[in-house]
Formats: sequence, C-alpha cells, structure tokens
Amino acid sequence: MATIREREVALADKEELISGSEAIAVACKLADVDVITAYPIRPYDTVMQYVAKLISNGEMDCEYIVAESEHSQFEMVKHASAVGARVFVGSSGVGWMYAFEALTVTPALRIPMVAMVGNRALDDPGAFGVEHNDALAVRDLGWMLVWVDTAQEALDTALLAWRIAEDRRILLPCAIGCDGAFLTHSQTMVKIPAQEKVNEFLPRYDRAELTLHPDNPITIAPQANEDWVMEIRKQNDAAIRRAPGVIKEAYADLERIFGRRYGENPFFEEYETDDADVVLFGMGTMSMPVKVAVRKMRKEGKKVGFVRLRWFRPFPVDELQRSLSRFKAVGVIDRDYSFGSPYFSGVVANEVRTALYSAEKRPPVVGFICGLGGREVTVPNVREMTDMTFRAASGERLTDTYWIGLRE
Amino acid sequence: MDRSYAVEIVYRGIFQKTLAKHISRGLVLAAAKEGKTGISFGRYGDSPERNGIPAKNFAIIAPDDETLEESMSQYEPKHVDVTVSVDDTLCKGVESWAWYGLQPINRLLNPSGKLVVSSMLGFDDLLRMVHTKDVPYELAIVRDIPAFSGLWVYKDDHTDVRILGTIARLVPEMLSLKAVEAAILEEWKDELKMLSARKAYERVESILVPPGAGNAETPYEFTLPGWKEMAEGVTIRSIEMGGGFVDPETGKTGGYRPVVNPYFKKFSTRTMRPVVNFDTCIKCTLCWLACPDSCFDVTPDQLYDARMESCCGCGVCEAVCPIDDCVTMVNESEFTDNASQWEMWKADKTGYHTWLAEKIQHRPERSHGFQVRGLYEKQIKAMAGVGMTKSGQEKVGGEDTTEASAGGS
Repeated sequence: MATIREREVALADKEELISGSEAIAVACKLADVDVITAYPIRPYDTVMQYVAKLISNGEMDCEYIVAESEHSQFEMVKHASAVGARVFVGSSGVGWMYAFEALTVTPALRIPMVAMVGNRALDDPGAFGVEHNDALAVRDLGWMLVWVDTAQEALDTALLAWRIAEDRRILLPCAIGCDGAFLTHSQTMVKIPAQEKVNEFLPRYDRAELTLHPDNPITIAPQANEDWVMEIRKQNDAAIRRAPGVIKEAYADLERIFGRRYGENPFFEEYETDDADVVLFGMGTMSMPVKVAVRKMRKEGKKVGFVRLRWFRPFPVDELQRSLSRFKAVGVIDRDYSFGSPYFSGVVANEVRTALYSAEKRPPVVGFICGLGGREVTVPNVREMTDMTFRAASGERLTDTYWIGLRE
Repeated sequence: MDRSYAVEIVYRGIFQKTLAKHISRGLVLAAAKEGKTGISFGRYGDSPERNGIPAKNFAIIAPDDETLEESMSQYEPKHVDVTVSVDDTLCKGVESWAWYGLQPINRLLNPSGKLVVSSMLGFDDLLRMVHTKDVPYELAIVRDIPAFSGLWVYKDDHTDVRILGTIARLVPEMLSLKAVEAAILEEWKDELKMLSARKAYERVESILVPPGAGNAETPYEFTLPGWKEMAEGVTIRSIEMGGGFVDPETGKTGGYRPVVNPYFKKFSTRTMRPVVNFDTCIKCTLCWLACPDSCFDVTPDQLYDARMESCCGCGVCEAVCPIDDCVTMVNESEFTDNASQWEMWKADKTGYHTWLAEKIQHRPERSHGFQVRGLYEKQIKAMAGVGMTKSGQEKVGGEDTTEASAGGS
C-alpha cells in the first residue's frame, strides 16, 4: 500500500514547458479522448503535431485520423461522437469556415464535440495573426464559445469543455478560442494535473438513449419541415439556457479537485475592478498588455480596471449587468469586426450594449477595434483607449467605433 | 534578479529550427530550476519552414509572473540582453518573412548587451559584417561550425548546450551554470551534454565592441503606408518590366535587366552566393532559365550577371551550369558588398580573376544537413582540433581548417 507521502507525490501537479496548443493536446491525453481528427492549418496545427507526438511516443492511445479537408474532419468526429466516442477536433481561420456545414449541423444533433479554434484572421489577405471572427462565426448556431488567455487556462478549459459539453443536460459542442501566436505558439510553465484527479473530475461520456449503436437502434437527422423545426430549435435553446448552471458546477468541481480557483463567477475575470471608475473589456491574450497598462495607470492614480470575458456563449447577461453597472464607463476592445453593424462596431461591444440595455444603471459603452490580424495591442494603445473611456465617463458622447493602432 | 531578461536566437529556417527551439527552451527550463519563470516562443510571422530564411526564437526570463506578463503577447521583445546568432552569415543582418527591411543582428541589443555568434571566424571578420551600434556591447564567439540539419533530423553536436553555457557565463544574474546543468540533465538526460555546457562556460572568448565599430552600411528600411494610401481590394500594382543597360566598355545599350521588387531583398536570406567566371561562360542561358528568383541580368554582351539583391543562394545556377569553373557557390561570409561582378570584370579583368580565385577557395558544402557520409565526424575533428583552443583574436585559418571555415552554411 502506498504511504501518504507517496500518494501526495502521485497526486501532485507536474510542471512542463508547453505552449497553449500543447496544453490542449495534453488535456486530450488526460481526458483519454477516443477519436481525434486533424487537418493542418496554422496556428491550430500545433495541436495536431503534439497529439501525433504523444501518440507516437506511446503516451496516448486514440483513433487519430488526418482527414483530407476540414469538412470531413468535423464530419468524422460528429459521427464518432454519436456512437459514444469522446472527441476532439479543431481548426483556424478559413479552415474552420471550410467546415462550416459540419459546424452548423453539430448543435442540432446534440453532439458534444470539443474544438480548439486557433484564432486566425480570415482570408483575404492571407494572414496568420489573431482575429476572433473565425470562431465568432458560429455564435448564433448553438455552439458554446469560450476564450482563454494562458496555456494553463487552455488546459483547464479543455477539461471543463468535455465535462460541460458532455453533460446530459447540455450535449452541445464547445469551441475554445486560443489566440494565434500569443497563446498557440508561446511556451510557458504549465501545471499538469495527475491522471487520478482528472478521472475524478471528468466522468465517462455517456449519451445513453441517444447513442447510435446496434443494441440501441435509432435514426439521427431525418428530414423535417415546418411542422417540426421550431420545436427542434427550442430544444437547442433550452439546452444552452441550462449551460450557465452546469458551467458553474464544473468550475466549482475543478477548484475542489485541482485546487485552481477561477472565482465564484467563472464567466469573466475581473482585474483591479473593486474601486474602478472605468473598465476596459475584452477577450483572450490582450489581457496581458491591458493588465500591464492597468498596473502602470493605477500607479498614476487612474482608477481603471479590466474585465476579461471567458464565456461568450452562453453570454452571461445577469452577471455582466451586476458587474458593469458599478462603473462610470466601459471601453470594449474588439479583436474582431462586424462591418455595417450598429455603430459600425465590433461583435463584443454590441453584445455588451445589448446585455446592458435592460439594466437599471447603464454605463456608456465605447467601442474600440484593436489588434486585428494579430497586430500587438500595446500599452500606449491601452492608455489611449482608457483615456477615451474616462472622457465618456465624464459625459462626452463617444458613440462611434474607434480604430486604435491603425496607420492613418 | 529584479527585472526580466530577454534573449533572441537568430537562426536559419528549417535547418536550425529545432536547434533554436532547444536553446530558448533550455533557457526557460534552466531559469525554472532557480525558481524563476519564463516564456519561449518563435517570431510568429517568420516562415521558418523555408530553406535558409532568417528567423528568430526568443526566451524571456522573469522573477515572477507579473513581470513576465510585460513581455507576453508580443511578437518580439523591443530590447534584448543577449542576441545569439547560430550562423555567422546572419551577422550581415536579418531579413525574414516577418517584416520589411534589414535588421542589423545587434539591433535589439541593450547597451552592454551580449552578441553570441557561433562561428569559426575571428572577431574582425565578424565585425566586418555586423552593423555599427551607437552603444558598446560585448561580442562572444562560440567556436563552432554552424550546426545545420534537415527538416526532421537534429544534429546533436552540442551547439545548443554550448550556447547555454556561454550565456550563463556572460549573464550570470540571469542564469547560473548550475541551473543550466540541472536543466540539461533533466531535459536531455545526457551527462556529456552537461560537460559540453561547462566547457563552453569555461572557454568563452569575448571582446568589448566600442560604439561605432563594425559595418557602417545603412541597412535599408521602408515606411509602411497608411490605409488611405493603399490600393483597395487587396491589390498591388505590378512593378515595371525593365530593359537594357549600358556596357561601360563599348558605351552601347543592350541586354536585359528586370526591375525587381523594391520591398523584399534577399541579402541575408542566402548563406552562399554564385561567383561567375565570365571568360569561360558559353552563354548557354541555363543559369538564367533555371534561377527561381530571376536574379540574372542579361548583360549587353550576352553574359549573365547574378544580381545580389535578388539571389537567395540556392545554388541551382551552379548545378545547371555545364562548365566546370564558370559558376561557383562561395560562402557568404567572404563578401562585404553586393557589387556587380560583371562590372568588376569589365573594369579590370586581371584583378577580377585574382579576386575570383581568392573567393573560390571558400566553397561551402554543397547544401545543408548530412549530405556526405562521414562529414559530421570530419567537422567535429575540425572544431575540436582547431577552433576551441585559439584565443579568437585572429582568424582561425591554416591548411587543416579550410573545410571548417568554409563549412556549414
């Protein structure tokens, strides 16, 4: 029998120097994923390379299929998931768009596919850098969407994603947005949880009566018209409405088992907001320069904070109303665009405006577009956006959308 | 350590990609042994899968996560404490896929920063290539034939750990040798590699480079246009066709010189360049036809003059040339300018042949990697026998080092 000390060692985290993509591949190993399909495109390909390495090193055992296109790649895991296999898949930019038909059918069939989207600008022009429009393209379809900002959070969130997506109350696909370059290609020290802890956190995937199996004869996806479709859509709506509760449970268990805390409210992270007059708001790795700038501005006496949204779908309206109503103005930084949208704004700014509309106290929202195509969001950029947000807090009407860091 | 330290590793695409990654990872793993934290990453816009293209890897070492955050979510640090160049021809500057223009190899170096070059050349030879800087810095040489290998193979000649040992010596406040040794043992589980790092630590050769020393050339650069100045629809106007030019000997216009892309020059992409013997050329046109970069000008007297701003050093011209001594590839470190060879020949034919004979001595290996069985052993002998015992103040030369000084690139 193992001594207490030996057990402690066996359950301790192991530290490895890995990138955000490699952290997700490690999560695939820990989650004992059954079927992974791949098709190369930068920056997602760094996941498939590391998965291949883990398999060839004998550290991981799964069906690993390199498809002939992203469309087949996503179709294959859809079918595998229907027969009860835990699956992982992913892509980037136009690769994700090439799979679009498969992406649209997945939520309706209640397939808990976990996908990594290595966020990349859509063509044209061909560019590798991060923009969030690729993953955001599925925002209306029933996919859950979450953005992470470190390799550690990428690993944890992948484990959370299977747990939440495969929950019998949900059964919806979940995409993890990982900023190209800054997360996918940067290696930092990551704590790898012990397998035993992962087993405790992540139950077996079981879709019960929805399993496609000879012992359980069912038909999936028959043709249906106007007398059926609305009810089918409502089922999807009901499932994603249940997601916030399941997400909270999963994070609470993650904290209990892994000892890593994401807070009472896992939907977004608040940084230096306690006494903040204004906050900036954004998703992904822009959190690094924003936090650095916030620290510098705090030293100069500017009461500014930062809210980093993790869960974009389901969008946490109640929590955001409670949080953002405390501030005199909110500056939303979009690493995406939504041409011709209200205020010619980015996607996130308009979601925040919508979320705040029914709040009793509505701070003004200033929309910024910054860091497109992977351009660095710099500390001076953040200062400029903060100053404008303070102007809005003082009553100036800043209702346009402002492009920051653009060459005029 | 009360601040973060940044190290860049400049390398040649594909042949040294794994080497560069080993160095930047090794730095972060060593720092972790001392309770520090760090990040290792490549310049994302680089295209390091392409042959010989200059590319960069970075390691940032920080005392804590908050300090590290200041260096995260960037393509490259704005300043570095150490620049490592794992191929000495990169001392001419870095022009990668990631930006426009030529970056001097020491551009990001802080005052009193360290430039570490893996080379068999001496300090003076390196400083003929390295651009001047207005602050002093330290130049260190790791005696080494540049370690090149192929796409999927890794040449484990200990260059990686020797550079780690050198950095520990030059910047002890960032890393101790002890930490480097511990990390090597954990990552590679190889005692010999650990010993190589220690030897490199003990044998560091360096000089202080005063402000203004080095290559005085102004590196070319561009100003990027604003969005209102750019053509709409992601379109680029074509460049002009080009045409004939004047023969300085006869004064007649003839031949054909294409106008070339003003935004991308290939000075530092190549590790070798063709030199042409215009007197043995039979005007067969094969070099001109085969060159993938259209870098040959057709001269008014129907010869072929390789234009150095377009040549990426692939060596196809030499391979297709039917004449034994007409086109010869020579190691890039032998040249200090990009002048036209044809104009040189026109001006002084005897002088040109003296120049040509001198250059041809420095034929490089035919390509990168393990192209000849037994080559690796020969290189190790050259390095062990000559390079490591010299003071480094003079060029490493002599009969038995011809192979070495021309080697690798």
